[in-house]
Amino acid sequence: MTLRASKLRPGDRHEEVVVDDLSRTQIVMYAGASGDFQPLHTDETYARAMGYPGTFAHGMLTMGLAGKALTHFVGDGRLLRYRTRFVAQVWPGDSLTTQITVTEVRADPPEAELAMETRNQHGESVLTGSATARLDP
Amino acid sequence: MRSHRFPVEAGHIELFARALDDPNPIYSDPAYAATTDCAGVIAPPTFTQAAEHWDPEYDRRPHHGRAWYGSGREAIGPAEPPGAGGGLGFHAEQEFEYHRSIRPGETLLATIRKGRSWQKQGRRGGTLSFSETITEYRSEAGELVVTARFVGVGTEKQVTGA
Repeated sequence: MTLRASKLRPGDRHEEVVVDDLSRTQIVMYAGASGDFQPLHTDETYARAMGYPGTFAHGMLTMGLAGKALTHFVGDGRLLRYRTRFVAQVWPGDSLTTQITVTEVRADPPEAELAMETRNQHGESVLTGSATARLDP
Repeated sequence: MRSHRFPVEAGHIELFARALDDPNPIYSDPAYAATTDCAGVIAPPTFTQAAEHWDPEYDRRPHHGRAWYGSGREAIGPAEPPGAGGGLGFHAEQEFEYHRSIRPGETLLATIRKGRSWQKQGRRGGTLSFSETITEYRSEAGELVVTARFVGVGTEKQVTGA
């Protein structure tokens, strides 16, 4: 899918469920793929001993999940910039929805500024961010 | 400043996309990818995070011959957790700037340097210390491919007296 500057308007939105009932297995898969083996994310025994209720997701897993919504909206290989702030922890069992809002559309060169927010099943914000994407004219 | 190699492998890109539960064939199917305007397989937007597999100094994975801090015989292993002492460090912010897409088969050079650092008063007392780490990923020809900006935050007890 490719977005066109002539068709896109500020305020246009895209919303997507990026994970439903996050499993501990997916967190382990992310640890293996990313190389981040910090045991707070994968080792329940260690996480509890460190004073946490249990393991929790890597912030970068949440950024990667939200990134799916971004590429589904703007298309592949279209991102110029992607920035996030990690607002709250994401736990096994969480379901996350990412909402993307177009904040600015430029014609020359054809680019869009996007605002992003990812919320959990309680409606709490876990990740906020912004991105810039290259568009077709 | 330090640097390390990041060999970008097709299987690694596919496994990374799988860990994000992203079935987009642009990350795994060369025949499909050739028909798109990417003209080949590319890596997902956050893939450079996986370069840490090749960072020889990375402290969030076990190293041969070194103690680890995750559970084994004991709930907390014998090694000192990274960041302990100055308060646990957390990832506060992350930014990627994309100069072009990353392709399987290329080898990038990751150059890591310290950026700015600043402090903010925390809401529950204590001082929040923020610090930036900038990583530039360049092709073998020296072309800038991705710039990553990591912001970590540590909580420190406020220094009293004097």
